[in-house]
Amino acid sequence: MKKVGVLALQGDFAEHIIMLEKTGVEALPVRIPDQLKGIDGLLIPGGESTTIGKLMQNYGLMQPLRDMVHCGFPLMGTCAGMILLAQEATDLNFSPLGAIDITVQRNAFGRQLDSFEIDLSVPVLGQELFHAVFIRAPFVKDIKPDVNVLARLSDGTIVAASQGRVLVTAFHPELTEDARLHRYFVKKMVSGNTRG
Amino acid sequence: MEKGTFKVKSGLAQMLKGGVIMDVVTPEHAKIAEDAGACAVMALERVPADIRAAGGVARMSDPEVILAIMKVVTIPVMAKCRIGHFVEAQVLQSLGVDYIDESEVLTPADESHHIWKHDFKIPFVCGCRDLGEALRRISEGAAMIRTKGEAGTGNIVEAVRHMRVVQSEMRKIKNMSTDELAAEAKLLGAPLELVLQVHKTGTLPVVNFAAGGIATPADAALMMQLGAEGVFVGSGIFKSSNPAARAQAIVKATTHYQDPEIIAEASRNLGGAMPGLDIKAIPEQELLAQRGW
Repeated sequence: MKKVGVLALQGDFAEHIIMLEKTGVEALPVRIPDQLKGIDGLLIPGGESTTIGKLMQNYGLMQPLRDMVHCGFPLMGTCAGMILLAQEATDLNFSPLGAIDITVQRNAFGRQLDSFEIDLSVPVLGQELFHAVFIRAPFVKDIKPDVNVLARLSDGTIVAASQGRVLVTAFHPELTEDARLHRYFVKKMVSGNTRG
Repeated sequence: MEKGTFKVKSGLAQMLKGGVIMDVVTPEHAKIAEDAGACAVMALERVPADIRAAGGVARMSDPEVILAIMKVVTIPVMAKCRIGHFVEAQVLQSLGVDYIDESEVLTPADESHHIWKHDFKIPFVCGCRDLGEALRRISEGAAMIRTKGEAGTGNIVEAVRHMRVVQSEMRKIKNMSTDELAAEAKLLGAPLELVLQVHKTGTLPVVNFAAGGIATPADAALMMQLGAEGVFVGSGIFKSSNPAARAQAIVKATTHYQDPEIIAEASRNLGGAMPGLDIKAIPEQELLAQRGW
């Protein structure tokens, strides 16, 4: 059975663990560098990106994670996780991990009053729309040519993308019952043999 | 596109889980809190220990203080309104704060009615001492719950009492047979529908943090081990001798609450904690947790 780590410093990691277990992998919380050993993929959850980023630095996780990015390790990030996996993020006082060639705008829709939910078309998941929950969410402001756009809002704003074995979403699939994105990550990026 | 739904309100609380929400009274405090790893700040004019010492009527903070704090941090900013004071809540919503705490730390504006929180687009967190109180607040629209503890005392005993009561009542309901639940709902003074939900899931339908008396890293980890999903620290940080170091240590102990070695390391050389109060030495009418029902 494949093992997927979930960064459990702060945020809704418990919800992601439940979702990943639905896809038939073993999901393990990661709080210290030692817990990165033996996992086949890592998910960075929703939460506060400033907080999670600081704790990654304080608890010695930043360098090991950068090394994993360098090796093309399978990674998924939702909301704060997308910010931390990006090449660049606005208003962040440290460099994110650079796992995917995107620039992310933080709190891009505004404060909590502007948080919203909407049904999105995510073509790689099939016809059925995906119910997406955006909370103080970021969006993808800019992408490099070899990044795949997986979903856009009706005005064209990019809210999900992938590149190689990295998948990011601005919304929170873990706040719904729909495990299709987690399954896609496990199938294509964690279990798949092809490297991007 | 739907805004202000219960899903996005309770969803923000889910994003705060595993984190520490710190009371701050100035933009400088707010920066210290953010730098230490706080997942949100509570913008106030005075911390609870000072409110307690000053006596008189404690009200919503000056919007100027709240706006100044919102300007300097990127983490969510919460603010308090008085129990039942829905106009203070309307004002806070218009400022665009991220969460409103309908709080017993301020002097209640209404002794019979809490705010009907479903009418607001902004999410609310409310205090509770037991499961019935938590479910009453949720039925009024609270999207997050915190156990009350006794704010401004630096004494964890009430926070522990309230968290233990909530957890033990949830375990009890989970194990009851279905035909016992209506009587239990009557006993708790809680809507049957929410009691049925607790019976099914064994947990509250919204996130539950601990508050009121947390002063040390070990206090924070204690509340997490007792079942809190995160902690509020009010006076405990900025009434201590080294706020920056203590803030960081409490965050660390909250993340690593199951690891005594890390908590031990985080607890070293923090200087003095805030001076504490014995709950028994506080006259009964001055206990904040009794405000609200």
